[in-house]
Amino acid sequence: SSTKLFSGAPVRFSAPPNSLVSFFDASLPGTLPVLNKRCVEAAVMTGLALNCAVNRKSLFDRKHYFYADLPAGYQITQQRLPIAVDGVLTYSLLGGKKRNQVMRQNVTIKQIQLEQDSGKSLHDDVRSQTLIDLNRAGVGLMELVMEPDMSCGEEAAAAVRELQLILQALGTCQGNMSEGQLRVDANVSVHRPGEPLGVRTEVKNINSIRYLARAIDYEIQRQIDVLQRGGTVQNETRAYDSKSGFMPEPNLPPLILYEDDASLPTGIDACQVVVVQKIKEGLPELPSVKRDRLVQTYGILPEHSFTLVNEDGLVDYFEAVLKATKKEPRKVIGWVTNELLGHLKQQDMSVCQSPISPSALAELLELQETGHISSSVAKQVFQEMWRSPGKTALQITQEQDLGLVSDTAQLHIICQKVVDSHPDEVRVHAIRSGNKKVLNKLMGLVQKETKGRADPVLVRAILQKKTS
Amino acid sequence: MSVFSLAASRTFRGVSVKIPRMLFSLLPNDGYSITILNSKRISWPQSHSANTTRLLSSEPLNQKIPKVATWEPVPEEQLPPPAHIPADLVDKLERLALVDFRTKQGLACLEKAIRFADQLHVVDTTGVEPMDSVLEDRVLYLREDAVMEGDCAEKLLQLSKTTVEEYFVAPPGNIPLPKGEERTAMLKNSEF
Repeated sequence: SSTKLFSGAPVRFSAPPNSLVSFFDASLPGTLPVLNKRCVEAAVMTGLALNCAVNRKSLFDRKHYFYADLPAGYQITQQRLPIAVDGVLTYSLLGGKKRNQVMRQNVTIKQIQLEQDSGKSLHDDVRSQTLIDLNRAGVGLMELVMEPDMSCGEEAAAAVRELQLILQALGTCQGNMSEGQLRVDANVSVHRPGEPLGVRTEVKNINSIRYLARAIDYEIQRQIDVLQRGGTVQNETRAYDSKSGFMPEPNLPPLILYEDDASLPTGIDACQVVVVQKIKEGLPELPSVKRDRLVQTYGILPEHSFTLVNEDGLVDYFEAVLKATKKEPRKVIGWVTNELLGHLKQQDMSVCQSPISPSALAELLELQETGHISSSVAKQVFQEMWRSPGKTALQITQEQDLGLVSDTAQLHIICQKVVDSHPDEVRVHAIRSGNKKVLNKLMGLVQKETKGRADPVLVRAILQKKTS
Repeated sequence: MSVFSLAASRTFRGVSVKIPRMLFSLLPNDGYSITILNSKRISWPQSHSANTTRLLSSEPLNQKIPKVATWEPVPEEQLPPPAHIPADLVDKLERLALVDFRTKQGLACLEKAIRFADQLHVVDTTGVEPMDSVLEDRVLYLREDAVMEGDCAEKLLQLSKTTVEEYFVAPPGNIPLPKGEERTAMLKNSEF
């Protein structure tokens, strides 16, 4: 949202300290909260996208605790009756031996509530003081509470990634963990099968998905070690939770949402209402739907679709390549998810930083498709294009003379040479006609001679004839 | 005539409400006539009863205000047994609300305040939803998401005695109140 949850002060990531603070955010006496409609809509959108029951009536509460970055001494939240409850987040993991099986799993969403963010404190231990910046104080947050349905760091990371993709598709949150737009607190406990859940500890200050997975796995292992040694898991934050005082927020009446236009009371101002039906109709394409659509449209495998959607900008890249080449999507996908993505990951780059543009890749694929170069050469050319971003596939092919040798006469000569120098193999082949292993070996030798530029189809045919 | 004494602050579910010092007199129904003269030994505020001349008021009394007190004190028998507050609960309250019930008098005051509030138990509330706010039947106003406020760092910082380069200054960290015994030892040496 552009402004805070209960005040008209702007929301921005970095700004001079205390410049984005209204009188209400500073908790000056006489100020009152005024709810931001956009935040309500965002919460409803998120609730609908996660299959929640959106509460037509929800209430606001005050959660009291003392901390310097909470000027009012309480945080306005929705503990008793939040805006949405009982949802499901479906996420996918790539599993199986080759990590190419898409496994779908569910996490139950207990509730989604709107609440205020606190300010930021900078601890100055040298001068024994804390510096307070209230720019963030009062910014709207959606807190999602999930049930303990996940059992390892990988599952949690996959679930959070899916949540990130959903929120980004909805536009309700940019989900950037390093900037604190998406914050995750992991509650971890261990227990033996059949026994009740163990004591949980909280892992906070997680600023990336990768770290989330590692931190959770580390904590699981730590707890197991403690228990195996006969100790007990200590929970430090638990004591704090039970102490916080809750009370209803007396300055805010209940938040009422309307089902559809028909249920609106007469004479009500249109900009004063949030209609759930309208929001439902306006929901953009969610990641899971997008994945299915890609599979349907392009005939690619689910795991490829999963990889495409998971990487920012990769779907657009893939579709741009398809526009510029006549090659089948199923043949293009491998290049995008293996070659391109592989190189990007190796150098920790994002799709938008790729030195090879979609059109350049398309050109390379066209060269291969039209028989100018073989597949193995194509991979070589790809590498070269990566290293020298300016050069096109054609340029490299010509410079290094990697063009496919389709000159039958030349091939005949080479094949004859190979056949002549390997009489034993030829005899074996003749005896058991069609012995593929021998043929392949001969083909390999031909390719070596031609530095991989021989047209494999032609070579096979020629060798077949010569050895039969 | 029974007298309740309320002093210092009363805490209710973590919210501190300070009630100014006052002596509250509960009068029997026959009223009590008081004429305020230029006497220096007046207890403040004045008792609300019949025939009080409001020397300093310029408007006549609103017709809706009854001329005689219309409520009666609740007899002791109707109240639930007095609540005894265990020491660790006192400690917890002190830490949550950062108030100080240090002296015996303070604790006695707290107990009397609770006793006073016990009168609420006489009311039959079966089937009645608790009310959070008198606004409960009002429409919650929804504001458009447009920037209207902010950009007043100077004004806000002026309100604070100490600031450091446009930051407010607070004591370090969150120092929790020390445990009961340590606290009494600490406070013994303080000036309060």
